[in-house]
Amino acid sequence: MNPVAGKYSAKYLITYNYYPFPMHGIIFDIKNFAIHDGPGIRQTIFFKGCPLLCWWCHNPESRSADIFSIEKEEIIDGVKVRDVETIGKKYSVAELLNEIKKDIVFFEESGGGITLSGGEPLLQYDFVLALLKECRKLEIHTCIDTTGNINSDKLLNIASLTNLFLFDLKHMDNDQHIKYAGVNNKLILKNLKLLDEMGKDIWIRFPLIPGINDDESNLLRMMDFLSKRKSSHPISILPYHKIGKHKYERTGIDFKMNGFQEPATNDVTKIMNMFTDAGFSTSIGG
Amino acid sequence: MNKRIKKLREQSQNAEPRISAERALLITEFYKSELCQQFSVPERRALAFNHILSNKSICILDDELIVGERGSAPKAVPTYPEINLHSLEDLHILDTRPKVWFRVDDETRSAYKNIVIPFWKGLTNREKIFSIIDNNWIDAYEAGVFTEFQEQRAPGHTVLGKKMFTKGFLDLKKEIDISIAGLDYLNDKKAYTKHEELKAMDIAASAIIMFANRHADELDKLAQKEVDEYRKIELMQMASICRKVPANAPETFHEALQHYWFIHIGVITEVNPWDSFNPGRLDQHLYPFYRKEIDEGTLTKERTIELLEAFWIKFNNHPSPPKIGITAKESSTYTDFALINLGGVKEDGSDAVNELTFIILDVIEEMRLLQPSSMIQVSKKNSDEFIKRAAQIIKTGFGQPSVFNTDAIIQQLLYQGKRIEDARNGGASGCVETGAFGTECYILTGYFNLVKIFEITMHNGIDPSTGKMIGLNTGYMSEFKDLNQVLDAFEKQVNYFVDIKVKGTNIIDQIWAENLPVPFLSLLIDDCIEKGTDYNNGGARYNTSYIQGVGLGSLTDILTSIRYNVFDEKNIGFKELVNATLANFENQLKLRNKLINHTPKYGNDDDYADEQAVSIFNIFLNAVDGRPNIVGGHFRINMLPTTSHVYFGSVTGATPDGRLAYKPLSEGISPFQGADRKGPTAVLKSASKINHLKTGGTLLNQKFTPALLEDEKGLDSLVHLIRAYFRLDGHHIQFNVVTTKQLLEAQKHPEDHKDLIVRVAGYSDYFNDLGEELQDEIIRRSEHGGY
Repeated sequence: MNPVAGKYSAKYLITYNYYPFPMHGIIFDIKNFAIHDGPGIRQTIFFKGCPLLCWWCHNPESRSADIFSIEKEEIIDGVKVRDVETIGKKYSVAELLNEIKKDIVFFEESGGGITLSGGEPLLQYDFVLALLKECRKLEIHTCIDTTGNINSDKLLNIASLTNLFLFDLKHMDNDQHIKYAGVNNKLILKNLKLLDEMGKDIWIRFPLIPGINDDESNLLRMMDFLSKRKSSHPISILPYHKIGKHKYERTGIDFKMNGFQEPATNDVTKIMNMFTDAGFSTSIGG
Repeated sequence: MNKRIKKLREQSQNAEPRISAERALLITEFYKSELCQQFSVPERRALAFNHILSNKSICILDDELIVGERGSAPKAVPTYPEINLHSLEDLHILDTRPKVWFRVDDETRSAYKNIVIPFWKGLTNREKIFSIIDNNWIDAYEAGVFTEFQEQRAPGHTVLGKKMFTKGFLDLKKEIDISIAGLDYLNDKKAYTKHEELKAMDIAASAIIMFANRHADELDKLAQKEVDEYRKIELMQMASICRKVPANAPETFHEALQHYWFIHIGVITEVNPWDSFNPGRLDQHLYPFYRKEIDEGTLTKERTIELLEAFWIKFNNHPSPPKIGITAKESSTYTDFALINLGGVKEDGSDAVNELTFIILDVIEEMRLLQPSSMIQVSKKNSDEFIKRAAQIIKTGFGQPSVFNTDAIIQQLLYQGKRIEDARNGGASGCVETGAFGTECYILTGYFNLVKIFEITMHNGIDPSTGKMIGLNTGYMSEFKDLNQVLDAFEKQVNYFVDIKVKGTNIIDQIWAENLPVPFLSLLIDDCIEKGTDYNNGGARYNTSYIQGVGLGSLTDILTSIRYNVFDEKNIGFKELVNATLANFENQLKLRNKLINHTPKYGNDDDYADEQAVSIFNIFLNAVDGRPNIVGGHFRINMLPTTSHVYFGSVTGATPDGRLAYKPLSEGISPFQGADRKGPTAVLKSASKINHLKTGGTLLNQKFTPALLEDEKGLDSLVHLIRAYFRLDGHHIQFNVVTTKQLLEAQKHPEDHKDLIVRVAGYSDYFNDLGEELQDEIIRRSEHGGY
């Protein structure tokens, strides 16, 4: 039954007039019905700002932590109209929770929840911490998709309120990591070890970029590193695809991937089999 | 599918739809006869039925297992001149129109010219209706405020219950005798009328038995001539089945199917009822026969499938009788809306899914036919496995099966005052319409154009496209100061037009009851025999009249646009906005961009917009729900368009949501095409804010990319979406699994995409058979992928 009050009006909007955390998060997108970012049907919340500068990044507009506007074209019945799109939006914890709560029925039916992604959500540590506390109260399953390049103390604080990590491993070689992702990988690997020792559920996400990280030595090093962990963590191979290219054009960010190809299906399968044969539960995509 | 089925299926698919004058000539012959004049109206109808079944050609095709055709051959479609007389011009249009055509040969044309038209002109039910109906009804009808289902097709729209799978017509004749013996001429002033009706039912029962025997005779003849020993035996067996059913209750799986099929042919020969007719809960009705025979070893799974597939083909042989005029626009399709129900709950409330349910799902997948359409009933008691099996078929992209919420259907029926057992034996038919199967006459009276009424409200009762005053004076909207004033005026106009519609329906119902009773259909639906009352006159246990609201999504966006742009943000003056709509937004691209891309819209789980959906829904509901109809039941609402959202759009000018004049409206309770931008969960949430449990069905369409359902996770997620929507009391959801690219490609090169089937609204159709406007409308619907 709908809680419809009065003759016409249906004033059943849940509003929070007061919330003890006056801080804001900067979010650049919220995707409902995300089914490849953790178990069940999820709401993936994309945080703005990232410590990495991966060449293949699908969301270059997420790198800067600022809200900015870009021009865009709308097409209405075949006619172009100039318009402006604002990238990034401020949310209070209460506002974001309102969005999250809208999908609780889907989380419950599917064993889903929210996934904080980005960018790097943990750059907005205070906000994420407050948000996760509220989600815990509501028994919402939480997942964080992280670069891992974040202060370890903060990460561990967050971990106690997080059900699952999607942890990106981009390259095992430090020099290569610096070249292609803009930072060294020491902290990332350390953090993965810490989360593992803590007994957290972790899904490894491996963006497979031909010519950058698909060489055998990298794959072997990755397997070696992962096999030494306390738990065996499932691996998702995310094959590189070029759909993000137009975003570089629109945002005026230098696109460095010209000349790089999407991996052939055969090659992806071959790599998946390598992981599988080594005893890892491996999947392609999500 | 085996060779026989493959051949029969191909034969059915390749048959050319054509008009057959056979029925028209037979009924004309009967009505011309002196014999006809000596009987009461019900008996006359029964004798006409008998005359047709005694004389119509018998069609038995090579290798058929289930026999009986309405016409002389597959897709030879009869006409019903006593109801709706096609003119020579109509026949020409049917023959030559580029889509949904029916071939008309010279013989048919000359039969119409020389015999049928001269006799029936001036005597048809349609003419009776239009001669008596009010002028303001005509004005509203012509302006496109509503349509009328019963002006050229009979008030069918009912579904067979389990009774007829346990009884034969000889049993019914005994019940008629008992009912006649119980007539109380001392106290009941209707006793004579009832007597005549019961006698008519008895004639109709004998007629269908005779019709089956004619098939038996023909089968025996064919058996004698048959050289193939196997087929010879088969024909002899079929002959003996036709001698047994439908006179007696069926005892085997094959008998049950043949029994139903004779009933089906009877119903669609007697008159041309809306939504043909329907066996309803097929897996429930057939399971006892299946179980018994499988256990006894007289039936195999392969034979079960073969028989079911032969049965499926029979439905496909029977296109909807050709419509004309507005009725063709509101429902332009060959599909005749038989909707097989699977799953749900049993009469005692327990999980009804059985082994046969899964076999029938296999048949649906393998046959991939538009007719019969199919749906699954999903109760909280059914397993995910069942839904997932259906999802695998949905994934193949022909729009079937659609998915219904059994628990909501039961609550809807209980809300309407039905017994719990009758509610649990119910389901959905046609597109999405709730009904108690075997016990209810539930009539769809017409689509109701909520957006047109709003347009009339904007202009103080005047239809701006004609300048004619057809509504009430409720003031010029551009002078209104807040949204409540707008809603108040709209409510007054809705009530006014609902009054007109209800009054019209009451007149039309009486015309049908008086002139065209249906003694054969009355045999099938409880409690017509017991009450001695015709199906068209309140004989059924429950009698519901539905009005179908259309344009919820569009109108929500219109009101939200006014609320947001005029009252809250003050982006534009009300007058300026109304004038822009009158100018069809000429040179107003920037304004349209604001209205389309920067205004809250229904379908995004945004209460700011969805509150208007609830208001509109409640206004419509309050205007209709619970009004008495003339057959002892009530008016109710449901929210479905078939294809009327295209027709209704074509009579409605530009609207404050940025929609251009004459473009289609939103369909069902789906968001306006492309307005939903937050994915399927947001659509389901928005759609669940209206009170589904007070409707007799709502229709929600979703377009998914095939990629979404490629893997297990995608299929599981579909199951979870369905469960969540149903937990929120959603009534129905259906899926188009096709990419926009595919559709555009098919539009460009129809010849390469003859097999492309899409979900329209409550039914599937060949993409090529749809009008261009409707094709475009489907293309514009938002396409959901997973992330």
